[in-house]
Amino acid sequence: MIKFQMPNLGADMEAGTLVEWRKQTGEVLHRGDIIADVETQKGLIEIEVFEEGTLEKLLVKEGEKVPVGTVLALINDGKAEVSESVIPAEEAQKPEIHPIEEKTETPHEKTEEGERIKISPLARKIAEANQVDISLLKGTGPEGSIVKKDVEEAISEGEKPTQEVEKKTEEIKEISAKPVTANANAVRMAVAAAMSKSNREIPHYYLEKRMDMSKAMDWVKEANKELPIQKRLLPVALLIKAVAKALDEVPDLNATWENGLQRKNEINIGFVVSLRSGGIVVPAILQTDSKSVDEIMENLNDLIPRARAFKLRSSELSQSTFTITSIGEGGADKVFGLIYPPQVGIVGFGEISEQPFADEGMLGIRPVVDVTLAADHRATDGLIGSKFLAALNRHLQNPEEL
Amino acid sequence: MTEEEIKKTVFQLLQRIAPETDPSQLMPEENIREALNIDSFDALQFIVSISEKLNVDIPEEDYGKTSNLKSLLAYLEKKVKK
Repeated sequence: MIKFQMPNLGADMEAGTLVEWRKQTGEVLHRGDIIADVETQKGLIEIEVFEEGTLEKLLVKEGEKVPVGTVLALINDGKAEVSESVIPAEEAQKPEIHPIEEKTETPHEKTEEGERIKISPLARKIAEANQVDISLLKGTGPEGSIVKKDVEEAISEGEKPTQEVEKKTEEIKEISAKPVTANANAVRMAVAAAMSKSNREIPHYYLEKRMDMSKAMDWVKEANKELPIQKRLLPVALLIKAVAKALDEVPDLNATWENGLQRKNEINIGFVVSLRSGGIVVPAILQTDSKSVDEIMENLNDLIPRARAFKLRSSELSQSTFTITSIGEGGADKVFGLIYPPQVGIVGFGEISEQPFADEGMLGIRPVVDVTLAADHRATDGLIGSKFLAALNRHLQNPEEL
Repeated sequence: MTEEEIKKTVFQLLQRIAPETDPSQLMPEENIREALNIDSFDALQFIVSISEKLNVDIPEEDYGKTSNLKSLLAYLEKKVKK
């Protein structure tokens, strides 16, 4: 039996509302099937399963809001023992507050008098991390259960506020028949939480390199002459492919920092998409390194409108291993990014513009792009970052090989 | 298709991309992308949709002619008449 849990869809997610079960009890599940829709700050996300089996039991009702790590359903995989749902490593980002290894389904505990203490898994996690005695707390949640807010109040009364307390408090187990649609403010708060964490915890170092884009731009232009208008390429598709190739050479940057450097087997590049209403969403191009430039463009044509409409799948939000931010035409010359935790690097492309460029003793006007790398100094040193930018530049000078 | 119909189609498609704006308020020589805050991806989507809607081919080297209303409308009219 497998416990299927509320996945963590990013460094900024604490809870999600189960909006709709897409599979029913008794249905056979295959890897990659969409099992449910979950409402988060980033919109309505289709949640995929990563295992095979039969849906045994649904444990959370539609409309219920539960913390990350809560068991949502049981999946019968034919084995007697109970195992945790295989959550990709990228999703287990904040073990200190996300009860991913939480085993208890019913968040109840016995006191000395034999009474049960009702407490949400998230509240319990925070209490344990901060050594708060939950038997002394008074719950304000449904049926007097202890929720995150109660624990946080106890902490802030007792001592200096911890990181968790700084985050906006949110009532867990709150039942809402109509989930709140992701709005500009929710996205703003999600970006704020992730970027605060990044700036607080990650010692960034920055490198920059100006790259000649004439060969790359010529290549895109030639390719576009042959392509029907719907399939035409944007230069960014080529840039993404070149980054994937460079990461393949410098794998220490395709990693996360979670109690040490964890290299990732897949290269899934997250691409920053800005929203018209403000805020950003970062969907991943899965297995970027195995895709052609055409396929990456096809992926972008599919992902960007879905990201803007808040219609992404769980794997697209949770599995990126590196991030690209690109300003594009008419924008700033350079962009210095903040790393999306727990990743260890972000590359920034400024506007591609014509500039004087010296090469082999000749000065000419060429399209160039200023590329920056922000990397986590806990994970790598400048030499690695520099190697990455050199590799990226080399790939952009040989676009036909991408 | 008349000049007026082309204009109407252009406004409709621009509004689909930038829903909170009013493209009919654009000045003839104003840069459309800057005025409506359209990024390179959406600019490409606009060109794709206009070419599909009006059934014209817009090669990449002509993208420069789509930057403001005046040149865009003149360009499209010429293309549609062909």
